[in-house]
Amino acid sequence: MKIELVGITKRYGELLANQDVTLTIAAGEVLGLLGENGAGKTTLMRVLSGYTRPERGEIRLDGAVRTFASPAEAIGVGVGMLHQDPMDVPQMSVLDNFCLGQETTFLRHRHAAAAKLAELGERFGFDLAPQATVGSLTVGERQQLELVRLLALGVSTIILDEPTTGISAPQKALLFRALRELAAEGLSVVFVSHKLDEVQALCDEVAVLRRGRLVGERKAPLDPEELVALMFDQELPPTARPPEVGGEVVLRTEELAVRDRRMALEGVSLALHAGEVLGLAGLEGSGQQLLMQALAGLVRPREGRILFGDVDLTGQPYAAFLRRGIALVPAARLEEGMIPGLSLREHMALCHPESRGMMIDWEAATRRTESQIAQFNIVGTPATRVEELSGGNQQRALLALLPDALKLLMLEHPTRGLDVSSSRWIWANLLERCAQGTVLVFTSTDLDELVQYSDHIIVFSGGKLSAPVDAATVTVQELGNLIGGRGL
Amino acid sequence: MRQSRLTKVLFGLAPFVLTIVFAILILIAAGANPFRALGSIVAGAFGNATKIGDIAVAMVPLTLCAAGMLVTFAAGLWNIGVEGQIVAGALMTTWVVRSVTAPAILLLPLSVRAGVVGGALLGVIIGALRTYGRVNEIFAGLGMNYVLTALTNYLIFGPWKPPDGATMSGTDPFVREAWMPTIGSSRACWPSIALAAVALVIVYYLLRDTHWGLRLKAVGRNPVAAMRLGINTRREMILALVVCGAMAGVAGSLQTTAVYHRLTPSISSGYGYLAQLVVLLSGLRAAAVPAIVFFFGAIQVGSPTLELRMQLDSSLGGILEASAVLFFILVRGWRQRLAAREERHG
Amino acid sequence: MDSAYLLATLQSVVASSSPLVFAGIGETLTERSGVTNLSLDGTILLSAMAGFAVAYRTHSLVLGFAAGALVGAAIALIVAFGSIALRQDQVAVGFTLTLLCADLSAFIGLHYVHIPGPNVPHWAIPGLADIPVIGQVLFDQNIVVYGSYLVVLLAWFWLRFTQQGLRLRSVGERPEAAFSRGIPVNRLRYVYSALGGGLVGVAGASYSLCVKLGWSNNHTAGMGWIALAIVIFGSWSPLKVMLGAYLFGLLKALGSMMQPVYPNVPTQVFQSAPFALMLLALVLVGGGGAWIERLVPARLRPAVLAILGSAPPAGLGKRFEQV
Repeated sequence: MKIELVGITKRYGELLANQDVTLTIAAGEVLGLLGENGAGKTTLMRVLSGYTRPERGEIRLDGAVRTFASPAEAIGVGVGMLHQDPMDVPQMSVLDNFCLGQETTFLRHRHAAAAKLAELGERFGFDLAPQATVGSLTVGERQQLELVRLLALGVSTIILDEPTTGISAPQKALLFRALRELAAEGLSVVFVSHKLDEVQALCDEVAVLRRGRLVGERKAPLDPEELVALMFDQELPPTARPPEVGGEVVLRTEELAVRDRRMALEGVSLALHAGEVLGLAGLEGSGQQLLMQALAGLVRPREGRILFGDVDLTGQPYAAFLRRGIALVPAARLEEGMIPGLSLREHMALCHPESRGMMIDWEAATRRTESQIAQFNIVGTPATRVEELSGGNQQRALLALLPDALKLLMLEHPTRGLDVSSSRWIWANLLERCAQGTVLVFTSTDLDELVQYSDHIIVFSGGKLSAPVDAATVTVQELGNLIGGRGL
Repeated sequence: MRQSRLTKVLFGLAPFVLTIVFAILILIAAGANPFRALGSIVAGAFGNATKIGDIAVAMVPLTLCAAGMLVTFAAGLWNIGVEGQIVAGALMTTWVVRSVTAPAILLLPLSVRAGVVGGALLGVIIGALRTYGRVNEIFAGLGMNYVLTALTNYLIFGPWKPPDGATMSGTDPFVREAWMPTIGSSRACWPSIALAAVALVIVYYLLRDTHWGLRLKAVGRNPVAAMRLGINTRREMILALVVCGAMAGVAGSLQTTAVYHRLTPSISSGYGYLAQLVVLLSGLRAAAVPAIVFFFGAIQVGSPTLELRMQLDSSLGGILEASAVLFFILVRGWRQRLAAREERHG
Repeated sequence: MDSAYLLATLQSVVASSSPLVFAGIGETLTERSGVTNLSLDGTILLSAMAGFAVAYRTHSLVLGFAAGALVGAAIALIVAFGSIALRQDQVAVGFTLTLLCADLSAFIGLHYVHIPGPNVPHWAIPGLADIPVIGQVLFDQNIVVYGSYLVVLLAWFWLRFTQQGLRLRSVGERPEAAFSRGIPVNRLRYVYSALGGGLVGVAGASYSLCVKLGWSNNHTAGMGWIALAIVIFGSWSPLKVMLGAYLFGLLKALGSMMQPVYPNVPTQVFQSAPFALMLLALVLVGGGGAWIERLVPARLRPAVLAILGSAPPAGLGKRFEQV
């Protein structure tokens, strides 16, 4: 099936996510949709797969104009999408998920469905236990399940949104082989990514999006230099590396053991030096978050000690960690970081109660908010409610709410979902803190970000930690291998 | 929201119009003359000066409980246990009045404080069930309401039984020193009215201008983030329930010392549940509470006349109150829906 | 205590628990779709009144039950409409309806108070009733009680073995995923609200027509709240909800058996004892995580957790809107 997207325009509030995009997807090819974070790739594919309707523009399938009222309608004509965060029901079993949305007979035919699942799984080398709960699978396995589910529904076009984020190297190889096989059978595959080497390895043709516009289409063989130039409208200036480490030890762990429901870390011994930037790499959910939560006092360690200077903080309440200048900025900004419904000024009064008395000094809070808004470049007023801010401004606000003097600042995905200029601004601000002696620890799935800003990188894989790697000398290739579990 | 002033007025009036229409339909269905019935409620509420005093009497517990519940709602808690907190205040007051002999000037302040303690204690229990027992506060509160009712009955029919036998009318009357002074010949008492007014004013400023109020709002809107920002969410939730309990406890205390002058089996008279409706109708704004409480108080005083004059059940009053709240919520939703649609197309 | 007395007690427990079974299963279905209908206590009252009044007027039990079911479904639809279409708080709408329906039942039901009316006749199932023990307890009842068994089995079967049941579960657990598979999330939520509400209405009618015959003010007081608690206690699973209902009935029966033993304690205390026990049960289930970690050996934990409870549907009370 030949798919044409003609003049697609989609707006989210202020943001023009897609602007007059025209794109053709031919049958039997693997099309790469390339662009950096926030370029509008996902929006365009959500339009194509029926999740959202564009303001303008149309979709033509083999020349006929179609509108999709829902994803199910898109699947009905053969367009299916795999989301970055798999769109499945984690509480149900693999088989239930596989059956959900299939044609509706009154009774379920579990054996037939299980046979179909096994057959498809075997064909692509996927090992999916039908009775396992989906929530207990890895992201890679959940993706495999979604893929075979869509194939069982008979889709002829498959869209994959950043499918390699958070999956292991063998899973990636398996996935690429399956996609090539499907393309050879005449299916169209759209591979959405911001990773050049993957696109180069897999795609016959590449379309590049930048700030919501289609800026170029290239056929294989692809020239990476040219693609980079298309993706970024300006040359990336080399960011000043943070100063070399030499400061005193701020925080130490000795043989720390932590666990939550999914993950266990054992025997973690670290020393964090003043002014150091430590990057935590690895697939999401490999234990990075758990370690940061333990260092922030949110999770109590089962064994080992956390030493802050001479003070033993092990087992102390979260408040004790906060008081000593240890802070964790969560990735889920509106879920864990701020309080929707409250204004910036109210957040400021909440985080910095200037007067010790009972009553809030609203004037002081307003003054402080205004000065922080100016200093942190936030688009908003003291009365703006935080949920009305854009993602980048929310992240700035989170940083603006932090105490001035911090010993240890930990951040989960500090620039996730932000555009390039916001990201750069955030990092400039963070490095400034660093220069004053704050230790920075951050997680990221973006290898470039890790290499660019860290002094050392620790790679997590399934609860195991690598030795700290020197970020100045490590290559992205080496990191990739470590993340995939090789060399640990 | 760029709806015109006219639309705003129409949407503001709609819940009340719908309530009246609904009541008229119900009355027609019951075979009664709707206008005579509604008229007799009004007449029953404002017929004479004594009735005005009775409205004030009904307003006191409603205001106290509504004030308390503004605090728990701010913390995101649905404190159905306020009904039991009234009872707890009444029980504690009765215990103090029965065991302390003192002149009124000492006994009355003491009785109010006993009410505070009783309601607050129940707040601690409900709060502990919610935070440590992980029971939804609706069920925790409801369970405690039943427990407190049982305890009241046990005391009235057991240890606090009048010498000539227990009846549903309750304990023996209190000593005169434990009777709140009334205003003139009316049944209203000035200390009650003063306490209710002070409670509401305190809550107004508490939620607007204090650090604690702001922390409560943070906990209510997003407990996870509030915890991350360094707020002890468990403590604040329990405290909110304690403050609410203290106010409801005062209401219970006053029901014994200012209204019934004894402990009766149903001392709370459902004021706790009714106060939930007051708070919902206020849109969680303290400033709107007095008018609503007056409206509800008038209905409470007026609706028993239905039984006397028209052989109808006085529950019509409750129907008016609850349907006003229901229509208020539904109309608000409708207005927001229209506004959202306008925004999308405008 | 002789065995005949014991059997008779169990028989009456099963009979008197059948409304709770209806209401619990109804609310389970509604909550499994992601909607909490908190109005149960009022709904049961109003449908008990309506069921009795209609049966009394028309001399038809079938119409009485139909009236109860209609009332229950209508109220549940108000809750669903308020939360889905109008985006208002389910708890607020449900609670307001609780009070409104209670008052409506008192007002409209005034002329039906304490008058003799129709009731569902006893009918032992031939053959089955002769089985020793089980026969008397389970099959020497009336048709409404048999209906409650059927409802439990159907709900269990529906959730487990049908495509529609699978769709229902997905809507309650992760509506976005359900939507992406072509399942009309909000339409299903309306359907299961109405269905569940209808069963709650049947529960109300079976009070006034089978269990506690006739109508009086506040006739079924508190049973709606108990039903809501039983759904949590039964962790949203039909079979466990049924067990919860019977357990509650048993405790209540024990309460009235104890009463003659302690003649000095007023009856009201015994009547409210079940509510305190309900609270205790919820603490055990809700606080599960904490005390199970401490008290139960690691090996047995999964089993205990499986028996005691599981998490509510992940999408319970969450709105779903298509972007």
